[in-house]
Amino acid sequence: MNLMNRFRDKQKVTALLKKIEEIVKPEKDYSIMEICGTHTVAISRWGLRGLLPKNIRLISGPGCPVCVTSQGEIDIIFDLLNKHDVTIAVYGDLMRVPNSNGENLLHLRGKGKKILIINSVVELIRIADKNPEEDFVFVSIGFETTTPQTAFLIKEAEKKGIKNLSVLLFNKTMPEILNLLLADENLAINGFIAPGHVSTVTGVELYQGIIRQNRAAVITGFEPVEILEGVMEIIKQVNTNNFTVGNCYKRVVSGKKNIKAYELMYDVFESFDAVWRGIGLIRNSGLKIRVKYEDFDAMLKYNLKAYSYNERAGCKCGEVLKGYIKPMDCPLFGSFCTYENPYGPCMVSSEGTCAAYYLYGGIDG
Amino acid sequence: MDDIITLSVGGGGRGFQNFLNSLILKELGNPILNNLGDSSYITIDGEIAFTTDSFVVEPEFFPGGDIGKLTVCGTCNDLAVSGAIPMYLSLSFIISEGYSMEDLKKIVKSIKQTSEEIGIKIVCGDTKVIPRNGNPQVFINSAGIGKVIKRLNDYKSIKVGDRVIITSDIGRHGISMMLVREGIDAVVESDCCLLYEVIKVLDYNYIHFVRDATRGGVAAVLNEIVLMGGLGFEIEESTIPIEDRVKYYCEFFGYDPLHIPNEGVAVIILDKDYADDALDLIRETKYGKKAAIVGEVVEKNRVILNTSIGGKRYVEMPLGEILPRIC
Repeated sequence: MNLMNRFRDKQKVTALLKKIEEIVKPEKDYSIMEICGTHTVAISRWGLRGLLPKNIRLISGPGCPVCVTSQGEIDIIFDLLNKHDVTIAVYGDLMRVPNSNGENLLHLRGKGKKILIINSVVELIRIADKNPEEDFVFVSIGFETTTPQTAFLIKEAEKKGIKNLSVLLFNKTMPEILNLLLADENLAINGFIAPGHVSTVTGVELYQGIIRQNRAAVITGFEPVEILEGVMEIIKQVNTNNFTVGNCYKRVVSGKKNIKAYELMYDVFESFDAVWRGIGLIRNSGLKIRVKYEDFDAMLKYNLKAYSYNERAGCKCGEVLKGYIKPMDCPLFGSFCTYENPYGPCMVSSEGTCAAYYLYGGIDG
Repeated sequence: MDDIITLSVGGGGRGFQNFLNSLILKELGNPILNNLGDSSYITIDGEIAFTTDSFVVEPEFFPGGDIGKLTVCGTCNDLAVSGAIPMYLSLSFIISEGYSMEDLKKIVKSIKQTSEEIGIKIVCGDTKVIPRNGNPQVFINSAGIGKVIKRLNDYKSIKVGDRVIITSDIGRHGISMMLVREGIDAVVESDCCLLYEVIKVLDYNYIHFVRDATRGGVAAVLNEIVLMGGLGFEIEESTIPIEDRVKYYCEFFGYDPLHIPNEGVAVIILDKDYADDALDLIRETKYGKKAAIVGEVVEKNRVILNTSIGGKRYVEMPLGEILPRIC
């Protein structure tokens, strides 16, 4: 607890805010994008936006894995449950994601489909091992932070000879989406708050491209003191026009690439062209299970395929994900699209940008 | 008696008589119940409060309580927060065949102990045994009658400037159950308790509204009041009582403590001039030691939380199911 409280200390926050106010140049506009959905939630949960000077704009980026999972991929999950007698295991965030017909996994569970909410893949290995007569499918959605766990799941299942377990793999990778953002001429971003946990796997290397474009990239943690330290570092770099990858999360992120995690990931998976919700096809931005582990590929085992990647009409999530508009600038926000009844993906996951704005309010814009 | 519940207990014959005499009447008997009529006769002067609730908690035994204690507390709490003195309870068991008699005895003893603590009588009841489907389970339904002192669930009584008291630290019941269900090797005791013991010490003239913060937690109570009453709240996060370990488990699993269900926490809205005195009185009670004034009623019809670092955010109505976050 002490560890946690240190980074939530009001005096430290007040002191940091004062320093930020001192170094901010009033004539300048600072647009800072947080890439990771957990940062978006933390910023909203603590009400940080309203505490910063008006010319610092915090923009939410494409870092919620559930939000960027395409409609086609989501529909595959429902297809699997409707056509096969399997138990699927998911992380909790997926339960409310609607399929093309507006139905979600909570509805399906109510209709008697077997859906397990798990906190860790280790749990699933145990459950699958104990219930050999039942078939389990893990729906894997995530970035570099959670992808190694899925690779571990498959390797462990192979080692233990568990045959009643397979994986529906919709994992995506960060470098390609970052490059796409940076290639966008309309992107008016001075600095990025780099995702803290993704960085434990990717290291600082991932952000060199940002620096080369004369924009700041600062890795930071998810507590208010850490986020403000990150913001301050970005402002310093923007003011001096001297850009390096900053690391304000040294208690967790070493800066080095996690070779072991990468070896594990790419032993089991290989790059694959993936469709991102609201953005479209990005080459090599997704992962698929390598042939040598194809027994664990639920797409093959159950002969599944995506029928259509069409998104629901009117949804502006793509523009929100790229930081062009704020959630409340979307005409559907708060009326046709609410957290209780989400229309678009950014409203679905609790770490989605629209959900964070909806739940924690536009008090501070 | 058999060591498990069989269909013969629900059959109304000798098996049932045996069950009734050697367990139910032995532990819970009183002159009204012992009569064993198809109905019981009771007399109360003045207005009564009448409530019902069903208890299906799984597992039925958890740190700090069990389904029996929860039944009495839950039903009595609904009466207490409505401004009534809890007086009579009904008790209906639905049990699957094969359920352990020893466990059922423990549950009945716990009902006895909790009802004696508050001085409520169980005056009617029923037992049904259903065919087993998977693990044997026990469900309890209870209705409660109380004598009204003052109606405490009238939204219109709430005024701008009223203070908000939370009567104990939040989140313990939900986190306790979650740790048991997830098989995590740590114990947090449920806060399951009789709220009447906390509320009865107050001068009801100054209380405007009370509700227990069960499903959906404190966030649900405050948002319900906003929805129904039209006014809002400004809450200071740093004043909300919560144990460090509960806060820690919430962080670990990605839950908002304001959304976690409680079984021993009431939200009391009362006259601002009486708030400090009320707080002192509540803190002297057995279940109110950690009570705190956490905020006040405001004009704007939202629940605004002043975060512990000085920011502001809205607190929204939680959804039906609390889902852990990915990362």
